Amino acid sequence: MWSFAQLADTIHEGLQASLPPAWALAAEMTIVGLSAIGLFAMLGLVLVLMERKVSAFMQIRIGPNRVGPAGLLQSFADTLKLLVKEGITPDGVDKFLFNAAPLVAMIAAMLLLAPIAFARDFQIWDLNIGVLYVSAVSSLNVIAILMAGWSSNNKYSLLGAMRSGAQIVSYELSAGLSVLTIVVLAGSLQVSEIVASQADGWWIFKGHVPALMAFVIFLIAATAETNRAPFDMAEAESELTAGFHTEYSGMKFALFFLAEYINVFIVCAIGATLFLGGWMPLHIGHWEAFNHAMDWIPSSLWFFGKTFFLIFVIMWFRWTFPRLRIDQLLDLEWRYLLPIGMVNILLVTLVAILGWHF
Amino acid sequence: MARIPYIRYTLSQPPRRRHSTDDPMGPASMLVLTLAAIAFSVIAILISRFVVKGSWNPQKGQAYECGIPTQGQTWIQFQVGYYLFALIFLVFDVELIFLYPWAVVVKEIGWPALVEIVIFLFILFLGFLYAHKVKALTWK
Repeated sequence: MWSFAQLADTIHEGLQASLPPAWALAAEMTIVGLSAIGLFAMLGLVLVLMERKVSAFMQIRIGPNRVGPAGLLQSFADTLKLLVKEGITPDGVDKFLFNAAPLVAMIAAMLLLAPIAFARDFQIWDLNIGVLYVSAVSSLNVIAILMAGWSSNNKYSLLGAMRSGAQIVSYELSAGLSVLTIVVLAGSLQVSEIVASQADGWWIFKGHVPALMAFVIFLIAATAETNRAPFDMAEAESELTAGFHTEYSGMKFALFFLAEYINVFIVCAIGATLFLGGWMPLHIGHWEAFNHAMDWIPSSLWFFGKTFFLIFVIMWFRWTFPRLRIDQLLDLEWRYLLPIGMVNILLVTLVAILGWHF
Repeated sequence: MARIPYIRYTLSQPPRRRHSTDDPMGPASMLVLTLAAIAFSVIAILISRFVVKGSWNPQKGQAYECGIPTQGQTWIQFQVGYYLFALIFLVFDVELIFLYPWAVVVKEIGWPALVEIVIFLFILFLGFLYAHKVKALTWK
């Protein structure tokens, strides 16, 4: 059966056969880099269109429908528009930080692609502390936001960055605790091991109540960490213009925008990997026939299906809940989610030790 | 370290370890991805710089605030509340880091691991209650 893993193997073997080892490695790295850039661009285009279409669907509108068939080329038009916009650097900004901030945001988003298993045996770097890597690198994002807010010489930017910093670091704790419940159950930090441990059922089904609770907490924390409504205090349009990227225009704004959408994709991919089995098809215990039938659906389809389902849920949140005030937002985390998460981790330990999970 | 036995794969072959930690591609991928991000951003910015024919006037350089000239300095003192949250975050983030290695081995160690983590979390929880009592977690 044709698969991503086979494609990677074919390329690897072909390069090994035709080039000296060092050159083959360099060629492979170039291919990895180029495909990461390609994935970035594709995801940006698809997610922006999806956001607009989902918004339209939620509000019973049609949404973009002029450019291309059913508005499918709308994001190309948007990109083209952003490309020909003038990038203004206002007076009095800290030029170095101002220009470096979008780069840092992009680097943080790009580095997060490394440990994600996109399909069966298809992963850039299956490092043994994959989950820890994700939580470590994803916190780099705060630095980009604070750099942008501080350097912009704009009060709205500064306020937005400060709020966003407080929010992201707070919700990182809850996200970390809910990730840990799955680490306890799977007994490994390696992404491939965690996926493999779900071969007889996904953790959300196997892990009893704790896994379910962790999933809900993870979704809330992921929404907050990516600064999306109802937690979009960082760029509350009606009070802060555009928050930390008020002063950005043209391509630098586009880079922030892109990094934001890629982060949404990545947290959803992590959520899908930990709770919904990643590329693992829907398997139920020892139902061999059923499992075999499910294996016919390609693993990449499973992964992207789950991830895009979670992205849809997060977009759904945006049109369902009103925006929280900053004090309510921090209360939700520190009064409710963090204590619940801590109790939850004890519960899951009990479940894991007693072997109550299936 | 002993691994937990999984139920055998229903597919014909088990997944392979394509990229183990000693694969040269592994650690280098961080460098590759960083370079890819920089290349992407820089090329995008350069293209737009070549395409765009910009103009300049004094109004363009002003901060995008309310339409009237901006008042006073931007880099002023901001609310101390943010610092308090950052400090408490630091405590709990370090706690989280300690929990990671624990979480990996908890199934092998069993009950002692649970008892130890209850003690660990209890001490942290006391600190958490204290933070509540002095209203460090209340936004003013």
